[in-house]
Amino acid sequence: MRDKKAKQAKGPKKTSVAWTIAIILALFWMILTLVPFVFMILNSFRKQFDMLQQGVFHLPDPWYFKNYTDVISNGFFGYFLRSIIVVAVSLVLMLIISAFAAYPLSRMNFKFRELIYAGVVAMMSVPMHVTLIPIFKLTTDLGMYDSLKALIGPYVAFALPMSIFVLVAFMKTIPRELEEAAEIDGCNRFRNFFTIILPLSKPGLATLAIYNGVAMWNEFAFANTLIQSPSKKTLPLALGQFKGEHALDIPIILSVLTLSVLPMIILFIVFQDKLVKGMMAGAVKG
Amino acid sequence: MATKNDNFSSLANIRKKRIRLAATVFLLPTFLLIAVYFIYPVIDTFVISTYKWNGISADRTFVGIQNWVTLLHDKLFWSAFGRNVIIMVFSIILQIPLGLFLATFLEQGGKKYNFLKVIWFLPYLMSSVAIAFLFTYALATNGGIFSSLASLFAGKKVTVDLLGRSPHALFTVIGVMAWQYTPFYMVYFLAGYGNIDPAVYEAAILDGATRRQYTRYIAIPLLGPIFKTACTMSLIGSLKYFDLIWNMTQGGPVNSTELMATYMYKLSFQQFNMGYGSCVAAGMFILITVIALLFQKVFVVKEDY
Repeated sequence: MRDKKAKQAKGPKKTSVAWTIAIILALFWMILTLVPFVFMILNSFRKQFDMLQQGVFHLPDPWYFKNYTDVISNGFFGYFLRSIIVVAVSLVLMLIISAFAAYPLSRMNFKFRELIYAGVVAMMSVPMHVTLIPIFKLTTDLGMYDSLKALIGPYVAFALPMSIFVLVAFMKTIPRELEEAAEIDGCNRFRNFFTIILPLSKPGLATLAIYNGVAMWNEFAFANTLIQSPSKKTLPLALGQFKGEHALDIPIILSVLTLSVLPMIILFIVFQDKLVKGMMAGAVKG
Repeated sequence: MATKNDNFSSLANIRKKRIRLAATVFLLPTFLLIAVYFIYPVIDTFVISTYKWNGISADRTFVGIQNWVTLLHDKLFWSAFGRNVIIMVFSIILQIPLGLFLATFLEQGGKKYNFLKVIWFLPYLMSSVAIAFLFTYALATNGGIFSSLASLFAGKKVTVDLLGRSPHALFTVIGVMAWQYTPFYMVYFLAGYGNIDPAVYEAAILDGATRRQYTRYIAIPLLGPIFKTACTMSLIGSLKYFDLIWNMTQGGPVNSTELMATYMYKLSFQQFNMGYGSCVAAGMFILITVIALLFQKVFVVKEDY
């Protein structure tokens, strides 16, 4: 912390030409980032035909809240709830399983350990589209097609390699003495894991939860392939569903978009430091 | 002596066995999931690619390498691959330098620019589907951002058609992708800066370097390995790109934004030609693996020099 303060005190001369250009570019990128959001929010408060008549960047006149009430009364919370259920179940399973795997890979010596680790990490580069048809087939064969259950397996599996990679790096930093002392006291590996390693890995698990939570919340391809009926669809599919029902009513679609991104923005503002730290853990090893 | 040694080695053996047992138990769920969701599907994709199959009926006909021969001569596939490569190149030359710039700006600017970090990161929180819908409307000829602005400046109604015409559409998509993914690389490089030992900075300052010299000559070179990972991620990501295109253009107009993944998805889940769809998926897998490995190799050689 002390270093950080020292760093900031000696910041660059704010008057230099290079810094001025940098600020201009930074502000330019800020505007570029914000304009689509402003477009989305402003127009989500308009009546269907006001968008063209009033101009897209005028303040809505009047502010029209019925889009939101319509969307909410048309089952938006159903999509929302299903997304929460799928993400929560998948995340909990994924975190337990990846912590399970990372423990022996980071802290035990056994034959083929390096090979297994390399194999797991290599899975990170398998594109999900290659697996899509067989997983579709498997899901149908198991009778799970068009149910939320079908999504949990792929969501857990595809988040695993990266999470194990990050957790192995994380668990390696836990001092070995802690475990050895417990072992002499008669703790076996399983108790060690639950009483020492898991509690100490909490920061790593938290960042993984945020990072993968965002990815699962937004997942589209598996959901679109494995789910069919509107009453089973998750939030990313809700957008297409609402578009199908209100093809020409752009403001109402924009209000769906606003509602679906809102929880992520709130979460990010609350947990932003955790997210950066999580990416750090992934970035260490490069 | 001998018995003592035996006892000792058998104890060690028991310990080894115990460790092996514990490791197996801990790793079992991961093994199972990887077998079911990675190994089996990849193998099965190659198996299905030798069949003619609609994905639903029980009977499928073995056609050998016929699908693969078709794939080799499939202009649609290779032009889709070409577009993937264009996207890959532009992703690397747009998103990564921009992300590095934004991260460096935040690193230099200090805490008071924190609000920019939050704003800049916003696009990455949106799902690709949501971004696709948003930009379909934002870039529309009627009531879109650019059309509205152009009309405002021209004083009459002007339409700017960025998604509807052939050469523009791909580059419009590339722009939207830069909007979406630059924040990711920003946070990634920010994390990289955060990982540099503060002692390095202190040493540099003690030696009389300015903050900017430190960033320019010490911190950025230290990001080297992270840079390589970022490029690899961008490369693999661009080659398997799907969600945004699928929801924004569905590969159109007239295939001008068709990518390998959208082509594969259309074949398999719209035309129910799963045999050939699997073949395209398998081809995609091979191409991605080869390109990623080549990239790694070239990079390693460069570093050795």
